[in-house]
Amino acid sequence: MKAMVYRGPYRVRIEEKDIPAIEHPNDAIVRVTRAAICGSDLHLYHGMMPDTRVGTTFGHEFIGVVEAVGPSVANLQVGDRVMVPFNVYCGSCWFCARGLYSNCHNVNPNATAVGGIYGYSHTCGGYDGGQAEYVRVPFADVGPMVIPEWLDDEDALMLTDALPTGYFGAQLGDITEGDTVVVFGAGPIGLFAAKSSWLMGAGRVIVVDHLENRLAKAREFAHAETFHFGEYDDIVVALKKATDHLGADVAIDAVGAEADGNLTQHITAAKFKLQGGSPIALNWAIDSVRKGGNVSVMGAYGPMFSAVKFGDAMNKGLTLRMNQCPVKRQWPRLLEHIRAGYIKPSEIITHRLPLDDIAEGYHMFSAKLDGCIKPVIVPSAA
Amino acid sequence: MPYTADDPRQWSPDELRARIPGWGVDSDPADRPSYPKQRFAPGETGAHWELPDQQPEHAPRERSIEHARLTPVFGTVAPLRGLSGAIRRFAYARFSEGRAAHWLLLILGDRVDVIESSVTSLVSGHPDELVSETGVLSEKRRHGIASRFGRGRVDVKHQWIDPLLVVGPWLLASWGAIALVRKVFRSR
Ligand SMILES: [Zn+2]
Ligand SMILES: [Zn+2]
Repeated sequence: MKAMVYRGPYRVRIEEKDIPAIEHPNDAIVRVTRAAICGSDLHLYHGMMPDTRVGTTFGHEFIGVVEAVGPSVANLQVGDRVMVPFNVYCGSCWFCARGLYSNCHNVNPNATAVGGIYGYSHTCGGYDGGQAEYVRVPFADVGPMVIPEWLDDEDALMLTDALPTGYFGAQLGDITEGDTVVVFGAGPIGLFAAKSSWLMGAGRVIVVDHLENRLAKAREFAHAETFHFGEYDDIVVALKKATDHLGADVAIDAVGAEADGNLTQHITAAKFKLQGGSPIALNWAIDSVRKGGNVSVMGAYGPMFSAVKFGDAMNKGLTLRMNQCPVKRQWPRLLEHIRAGYIKPSEIITHRLPLDDIAEGYHMFSAKLDGCIKPVIVPSAA
Repeated sequence: MPYTADDPRQWSPDELRARIPGWGVDSDPADRPSYPKQRFAPGETGAHWELPDQQPEHAPRERSIEHARLTPVFGTVAPLRGLSGAIRRFAYARFSEGRAAHWLLLILGDRVDVIESSVTSLVSGHPDELVSETGVLSEKRRHGIASRFGRGRVDVKHQWIDPLLVVGPWLLASWGAIALVRKVFRSR
């Protein structure tokens, strides 16, 4: 089969690989029909995630058709059209039993601090991802779900990570009616977080970025006020002025480890990997939220330390909440919202590329060319 | 202004409800998913086992020393090999996730892996195409210039330095290696 393969920082190519095999009685093999490149894939692509091995296949956002199932699989059948959460999880460990699906203890021997994620380095368990024609899906009875008849493929694809994570970001902000919410980052997660904030009763939603096409999308798609941080000497002061010097009630970091806006952070973190990530957006969130407010972190950071402004967070009495999203817990409610017409998740997709053009897809997305917000990959076997 | 007790925030539920589809449908936290958090509900996951069966370990599988055992399920792609494998194996065997040395060794392993893999790829007749693999050949088609300039993008200000930062260390390392080899040969 054809699969995207990592060759080193900033380099990927298509290689011929064996179709994955059933390795555990509850495995399924899924033929991928659509996959997406995620902003967090760029951390791998840039070589920022420790133990990213050459030859591995990325892609934690994919849907497909069940091609084969292991002997203990009871809930899925060959031929089922399924969406697969980005989390690999067992459903039965101490953490899964309490809903912490993204923190499963039974799927990642390489680390205890993070659960299992498809195509996301050995630090996340060493699983191949879905930017390929076929993928191994462990715990087929737990993670995947048959896509409802009425749901479009591309809407389902957005449900594997981007929409649930954005919604989860707003949810961890503990928004109460009338709250002012500021979202850092107008990528897919930020757009969905802004949109979800309204569903939770926000009184005002502000989105901060420096890419004008993304800010335009935040205005249209998410009905948000927007700030281009490059136009301000100091975005924290601008946000204070815009909120009567109170500050926002809730701030959401939807940027993560590769935030731009500070050269020192860019070089030490993004380029020389001396930090777990450049926490510019997180520090802006901490400084621009009001005292006693909530900061929700959806941006991904590496396992190394980062220069986070903890003193400000402590002195301001902030509540910091964060986690990888437990995707499947979000699905029932999100499916209701899609069905009711409140959200059309596939509206954020800007590009569709054949798997063969994977190098182009990564470069375009990484360099933010051509107005790219969300690229979708179509494998040839689809 | 927060200098008095008056709340400066102004918002109109009716206006928002009229303007934004679905405004406030999840205002009540009880309507939000994963609420209350960490609710004990093992019966809802689809798992029909107490502890999952153990996936066979065909080759020794490295694991964090913070784990008591090999996890029941694990990824099997790209098993450890070569010098990078030795570095990674040492990082896992010796240092917990709490230690910077663990992660710095893994990052070192990643860099060594890139060199080893380029060489093996070359030998096996499927050499790396360093330029096409970066995707830069699509710059023209994807409007590289128009996408970057005159748009107030903050990252463009430092993009000139990026190739230097990415390629620079490799050039320095190769230069060092060549210099070393020459020195060894001259001293003979
Ligand atoms: Zn993702
Ligand atoms: Zn689990």
